[in-house]
Order: sequence, then C-alpha cells, then structure tokens
Amino acid sequence: MKLKKLFAAGALAAAGVFGAATPAIAQYSGDVIRIGIITDMSSVYADIDGQGGVEAIRMAIADMGGAINGKKIEVLSADHQNKPDVAATKAREWFDTQGLDMLIGGTNSGTNLAMAKVAAEKKKPFIAVGAATSALTNDQCTPYTLHWAYDTTALAKGTGAAVVKQGGKSWFFLTADYAFGHQLQADTTKVVEANGGKVVGSVRAPLNASDFSSFLLQAQGSKAQILGLANAGGDTINTIKAANEFGITKTMKLAGLLVFINDIHSLGLKTTQNMYLTDSWYWNQNQETRAWSRKFFDKVKRMPSSLQAADYSATTQYLNAVKTAGTDDAEKVLDVLKKAKFNDVFMKNGWVRGDGRVIHDMYLMQVKTPEKSTEPWDYYNVVQVFKGEEAWTTKAESKCSLWK
Amino acid sequence: MTEIFGIPIQAFLGQLMLGLVNGAFYAMLSLGLAVIFGLLDIVNFAHGALYMVGAFAAWIMLEKWGINYWIALIVAPLIVGALGVVIERLFLKRLYGLDPLYGLLLTFGLSLILEGIFRDQYGVSGQSYPVPDALAGATNLGFMVLPNYRAWVVLASIVICLGTWFLIERTRLGAYLRAGTENAKLVQAFGVNVPLMVMLTYGAGAALAAMAGVLAAPVIQVTPLMGSNLIIVVFAVVVIGGMGSILGSVVTGLGLGVIEGFTRVFYPEASNVVVFVIMAIVLMLRPAGLFGKEA
Repeated sequence: MKLKKLFAAGALAAAGVFGAATPAIAQYSGDVIRIGIITDMSSVYADIDGQGGVEAIRMAIADMGGAINGKKIEVLSADHQNKPDVAATKAREWFDTQGLDMLIGGTNSGTNLAMAKVAAEKKKPFIAVGAATSALTNDQCTPYTLHWAYDTTALAKGTGAAVVKQGGKSWFFLTADYAFGHQLQADTTKVVEANGGKVVGSVRAPLNASDFSSFLLQAQGSKAQILGLANAGGDTINTIKAANEFGITKTMKLAGLLVFINDIHSLGLKTTQNMYLTDSWYWNQNQETRAWSRKFFDKVKRMPSSLQAADYSATTQYLNAVKTAGTDDAEKVLDVLKKAKFNDVFMKNGWVRGDGRVIHDMYLMQVKTPEKSTEPWDYYNVVQVFKGEEAWTTKAESKCSLWK
Repeated sequence: MTEIFGIPIQAFLGQLMLGLVNGAFYAMLSLGLAVIFGLLDIVNFAHGALYMVGAFAAWIMLEKWGINYWIALIVAPLIVGALGVVIERLFLKRLYGLDPLYGLLLTFGLSLILEGIFRDQYGVSGQSYPVPDALAGATNLGFMVLPNYRAWVVLASIVICLGTWFLIERTRLGAYLRAGTENAKLVQAFGVNVPLMVMLTYGAGAALAAMAGVLAAPVIQVTPLMGSNLIIVVFAVVVIGGMGSILGSVVTGLGLGVIEGFTRVFYPEASNVVVFVIMAIVLMLRPAGLFGKEA
C-alpha cells in the first residue's frame, strides 16, 4: 500500500516536472525572460536615462504582471561609463553566461553601435533607445537592431526645417567634436540647405569643454542669425548658459538640436524660453502620458524624459511579442515585433520598418516662458507634429542593405 | 581693421579677456593645491570634489534658506574648510611620513565618495545658480561685451591669490608654516604647535577650493561632475608652475587660461589638450617646473 502511494506520488511528480517544464525549456530559455539595459548610470547622460530608465523598465514588467505564462521576467542593468568596449564586454557576458533574451541600449551612440554588433553576432534582439546616431539603422543596420526613440535625422528634420521656415536662413554650428556631433551637423546642414538656408560657419568644441564663451564669441563674429547647437547634455547646458550671459541671445537665436527636458529643468525657463527643440515624447501631452508620468515621478522624483518613456515602451512591446509568440526565441519574437502595431504611452500606431527604424510621430516643441508655465516640469508647447515617416530617413537616402 | 595673427584686434582682445577669466579659476584652484602640496607634501586629489562641494553649499544655502551670494562666499568656504579639517584629522594625519602615493589614493577615493553622494542626491544635469543682482548685466568694453560677473571673478581671484602669497611668504605665521614643513621636530621644540598648523593649512586649502566653487557657481551649472572636469587641468597647471610653488601656480594658471583661449580660436579641436602639450614640453626642459626649485 505504502509502496503504491509512493509510486503514485512519484509518477505525479514526474508528470508535473515533465508536463510543465519540458515544453517550457523549449519555449523559454532558462525558464525566465531576461531583459538587460546597459546605459550611462553615473556620468553626463545619467539623468536622461540611467536609473530612471531602469525604473521605467521595471514599471513595464510590473504592468505585465511580472511574468508571462508563469515565467518570471527579470531585468539586469549595468553602467557602460560611455565606453564602447565596456558596453560590448558586458553585453557579451550577459548573452553568454546570463541567458539574456533581449538587450536595451541606453544613451551614447558609440556604445550602442558596439552593442548592436554583439547582439547581431549572438542573434538576439537589440533595442537602441537612448542613442542618437542614425547609423544604427543606416549603414550599420542589422536584422536584430530596432531603433526605438529618435535619431539624428529626425532631430535635423524637425528643428532644422522649422527654424529655417521661421526665417532663420543663416546658420553657425557649435558642434561636439566626435561622431555624434559631426553626424548631427551634417544631417542638419542638409536640411537647412534643402529649405533655402545656408551655413556660414562652424566650430568644433571638444567634448566636455570647460568653457564655451570663446566659441560663442566666434559664433557672434559670424553674424549668422541662428546658432545651431550640435551637442548634448552638459555641453548644451553650459553653451546656453554662456550664450545668455554674453548677450549672444540678443543677436542670434539658439536652435538646440538635441535637448532633453532634464536640460531645460536644469537651466530654468528664464534662460531657455522660446527655444525650439525636437523630441519624440513629452510627459504633459495628454491624460495618458500625464498619468503614467506621475507614477514615474513618485518613484524617481523627476518627470520622465522621452528616453525613459521609450524604455517603458520598448520593454512593453517586447514582452507583448513574447506573449504572442509563446516563446522568447529571438527569431520568433522579432518576427512578431516586425509585424506588430505599437500602441502604448510612448507612441500610437508605431511599427518597425525594414531597416529596423521604429516609425512613430515626432514633435517640434517650443519652450514656454516662465509666465506660461503652470507647474514644475510644465515646459513645452507642441508646435508641430511630424507624422509617421515624415521625420525619418527616406528609402532613397538609406544605405541599409536589409531595406533595398 | 587692424589684425593680430590674422584675427581682428577686437576679437583678439575679447579672447584675451576670456582667457584671463578661465585662468583666474585655474590660478585659484592650483593655488590651494600648491599650498597643500608645498606645506604638507600631499597630492590632494580631493581638491576638485571640495570645489564642487563649495558650489553645492552655496546653492543649497540659497535654495533652502535664501542665503545670498555674498554671505555664501564667506560661509561656504568656512564649512568646507571645517570638512577639510575633519578629513585631515580622520585620515590624512595617519599618512604623514609615508609614500605620497598613499595620500594621493586616499584623496582620490574621498573625491569619488563625495561625488557619488552628490550625484545620488542631485543627479548630473546640474543646478542653476543665479548671478547676484549687484553684478548682473554686462559692460561694453568696445571690443567685447564683458559680463560684469566675470570681471568680478578676475578681480576676486587676483586679490585672493595675492593675499595667500603674502600670508605664506611675508608673515610670521607663514614663516612658521614653511619652517614646520622643513623640520617639524625642530619647530615644535620652539613651542610651535605643528600638527595644529598642518591641520589648519589643509582646512585653508579646502576653503580656497570651496571659494573658487562659489565663484564658479553662477558661471557654470552646479553639478557633481564640475570638479572632476577641471581637476586634471589644474594639476597640469601645478606641475607646469612647479609643484608647491605658489607664485608659479598663479602665474601659470593665468597664462594657461590665455593660451587655451587662443587655441580655441586657431585650432579649437586642440583646446582640451594644449595644456598637456605644454606640460610635456616644460617637463622635458625644466623637470621641476617653471618656478620650481631643483630637488
């Protein structure tokens, strides 16, 4: 009798183990769905993504219930210190030893290009969120890279064209002296010239320059109407601050080509009022974005940047695809993602184009004056919406071999 | 229009002025470093962090309690000076007589900790500190529009540098200090409290860094990274001037500010490295630095 019971129990246990676990091994690698994010956690770009970005991913996982088909969803995060080699090494380690299923690339174009290579080699999905360079879906596109939030082409087409149409015909560029700055200047120059404007000069400032007043004095000497800022983060902040101090803003208009809401918050509206900028998202757009952002604020004590909202969106859509596919197998999930329509707090009717570019609306915003702002972080007026494909690289311009 | 080196004289004078402003910061920061190295033999890598803490102290005072710039300019250095005293008592005291490398590593670690704390609390985007009302606006010098605040920075830093130089080189207290660092035992035998003097010297060096921080706050954003962005250049200034030479660091600070400013005009890409190129050349020709005494 006893023996029989034992057998029965054993059989039941075996059935339980094999019945549930065997198919799961085939469907979900490592029995867990593991998402990684490698971003700047400590340096100049830490506020626009960083820990806030990780928190946004956690929010997406929580909204998904923390598991899909009983399989737990986990997140790994790491600081790449803005070094491509650190990013690539970490990514490789996670894919090889941690069973990472999908990698999100945070800020910094150089690190994202490096991570994209590793992910393609490992045949795993890579979603670039915080990097600006359009090379990710252009000459360096891969079947595994999706570029989620924005890129240099969209920034140029947004701010560049709008400013020329407002009468800003002659431009002088202050450009960050590395790949990202050069690309942004080149992309914007094309747009400015196509719209009938001209570029009268430029100066290349080293990254993290301690003082921008010398460069600004040169810009002022050029007698251009528009000062195009092809830089980011702390460099943009210090440039804008010095431009105000030296009265440059009285004779030239500033066009910030890559400005995040954290930069505006840091500088204050008095310094930044009336400036134009292009972004993929703004927390105070509608009821839905506000509600989500307040939840985010409760955790992080800052309103989300567009990148943090995009981190949430990328995670949500990836997990939706995993759910639909019934597996975390890279090829199958990517297949679902590439056919899907994305609707979440970050975008409406978004979709993945052949080159890996995620197509969604972009917005031209103008910074409010201090009088018009009704609360902290209430900074922008949306002045123009670039619908769907209008904002991005065209097929004719593209050098991506996957999209021919 | 008259030209100098192919650029209009007005632009030339403008850049000269801007170079002096930056040079004034370099001079003030390297002065603190030179004092600490010259008298204590400590390579104070925490200097940039203390500069940052000074700027943050001013910002917090304004933000939380509405304490204005002028008061902050006195109080913030006092607070940071006290912090310096604590650091000296708790940590540095134990390292005297050891290889200077230990002090370098310790102060470097301290600076990482200080930066980490502020980064955790305030993020990296930075905080805005407004220019005090009395110094708002700008003066048209004919060749450029100079913000009044920047003129004040140059003036203030020259006064501070001269004052420090005078204190150390020309007063009885300074003489004790210099003697104490030459031969502590002997000076102590004359009834001078050398450990107290050393402690106060480190405190004063920290206060100098903090004062530079308060002066810088309205010019750049107050961020946890502001010190580490500057410290390497400032070290180069100290090395070029001659480690520990007060006059050397002041003159070199101002001079390099100007040279860097002109590099921004003629070949902007090199402006971040020009200081180090000069350092390499100087070290090859005069290993002790421009104003250093041969060991």
